[in-house]
Amino acid sequence: MPPEPTTDNPSTTSTSTSPSEQLLQEQQQEQQQQPQPQTHTHHTLPPPFTHTPTPLIPLTQGAEALVYRTTFLTPSTPAILKYRPPKPYRHPTLDRRLTKARLLAEARVLVRCRREGVAVPAVLGGDWEAGWLCLEFVAGETVRRVLDWWVEREGWRVKGKEGEGEGEEGEGEGEERDEAMLDLMRKIGRAVGKLHTTGVVHGDLTTSNIMLRPSSPSPPTSTSPNASPNVDEEEEDVSAYLAGTIVLIDFGLAAQSLRQTQEEDRAVDLYVLERAFAATHPTAERLFGEVLRAYGESYPGAKASLRRLEGVRLRGRKRSMLG
Amino acid sequence: MVHVRTYRLPHYEQYPVHVALFRDVSNAAFLRKQLLEANEDFDYAFLDASMIISLTHLLSASFMAVHRSLTNSLKARTPHSELVFRLHPNNNIGESYRKFGISDTTTALIAVKLSLSQDITAETVAAHLGEAVQGESVQIGDDGHELTNWTDANKVNETYKTPNLLGKNGHASDNTNLEHAQAVILGLMTIKGS
Repeated sequence: MPPEPTTDNPSTTSTSTSPSEQLLQEQQQEQQQQPQPQTHTHHTLPPPFTHTPTPLIPLTQGAEALVYRTTFLTPSTPAILKYRPPKPYRHPTLDRRLTKARLLAEARVLVRCRREGVAVPAVLGGDWEAGWLCLEFVAGETVRRVLDWWVEREGWRVKGKEGEGEGEEGEGEGEERDEAMLDLMRKIGRAVGKLHTTGVVHGDLTTSNIMLRPSSPSPPTSTSPNASPNVDEEEEDVSAYLAGTIVLIDFGLAAQSLRQTQEEDRAVDLYVLERAFAATHPTAERLFGEVLRAYGESYPGAKASLRRLEGVRLRGRKRSMLG
Repeated sequence: MVHVRTYRLPHYEQYPVHVALFRDVSNAAFLRKQLLEANEDFDYAFLDASMIISLTHLLSASFMAVHRSLTNSLKARTPHSELVFRLHPNNNIGESYRKFGISDTTTALIAVKLSLSQDITAETVAAHLGEAVQGESVQIGDDGHELTNWTDANKVNETYKTPNLLGKNGHASDNTNLEHAQAVILGLMTIKGS
């Protein structure tokens, strides 16, 4: 596993939140460059997050949980806080039981995965009664964004080639770039395979729930043909960028799969991922074949799950026809 | 002079955690007796240094002890016994003390004092421990790696029922291994008993 990006932090100890503030200010700046998430409804967080001097930055809000970026245990440990607020329309006792059960299920699955060597965020702490869970922060970007970046890049590459009329040379470069991308696809296939080997199914395996944690801290930002004068150098950047580790996140719907339903559950994971790829771009859909190929070789039962996927696909189509 | 290092937990900055490390401790039996007799002057978490794998490991238990104390959800009798209890993967307080607490034969000792009231400062802790502990005070650096000089990997693996998790040689020198082990162990501590 590549090392987490370290923050220069000479004093972990003693007074003030300055290291964490600094860290989070950087994060905030990062945030501002990205499209801001939709507005958040205001929720009262449970203690100690109610009036904490440590910054809490809202990241996303799902149907069930609010997700913040913060620090935990030491000012130099970035973390994700996941809070499931009480649902006012549920009976309080039932609400607490459901919240507890779901948080605990997520934490258990994550710990199990981590023990088995599947790359997932570590569980750092939590309070089931209060409804929160603290997880290791995973640096990098979602595969969804990597795919978007890739598709955009493909676009200018084709245009650039047309303009300059660079025939064979351009194709050669393209193959190298493709190879880096195909390698990423194989890593995704193997990561999902490894997850399924442990008997866990993700339950919401979209490209937004797969992270690429880079080995080199900063992604190449140039998507314009004029930005990089040195093509070789940029090729290296791209390969280094795509050479990170695949980390699966958001296990809020994950489950320990029962033996009887395992094949079906696994196939549904793959089907959901396939739909997510297809939704990005036709090019991305083509890449998905490589994910499946690597998946098929990743553990003994994988081929059976792939066969089952065929059935799930048909059923999926049939359903949409009827609907 | 006793060196006391003070850590501030994110989100609980107003309740600092004071940590002191001692080597060649010769009065462990006396210290343990004070705990058993619930001597109020000895309200500390006294830990055997062989069971602590990293500063974060220690702070994780400290955070939960502070948190449960302040949210009135302690499972153990006091915040400091809660700290010892939080380190163990199971729900047994006595077992937690046997594994992580000071024993009569402990020579490397970590003393933790949670500053849940204003009158507890690094100075008062240092002064009291200087009188109470017979041993050599070891200065703890910013990253707290001195705390792990006595880690017994086999004992840790056995207690968390994680064979081969923490590297051999009694001490995890390999950072990747330590990070992985810490991730698993923090997770086991979090889901303990539920």
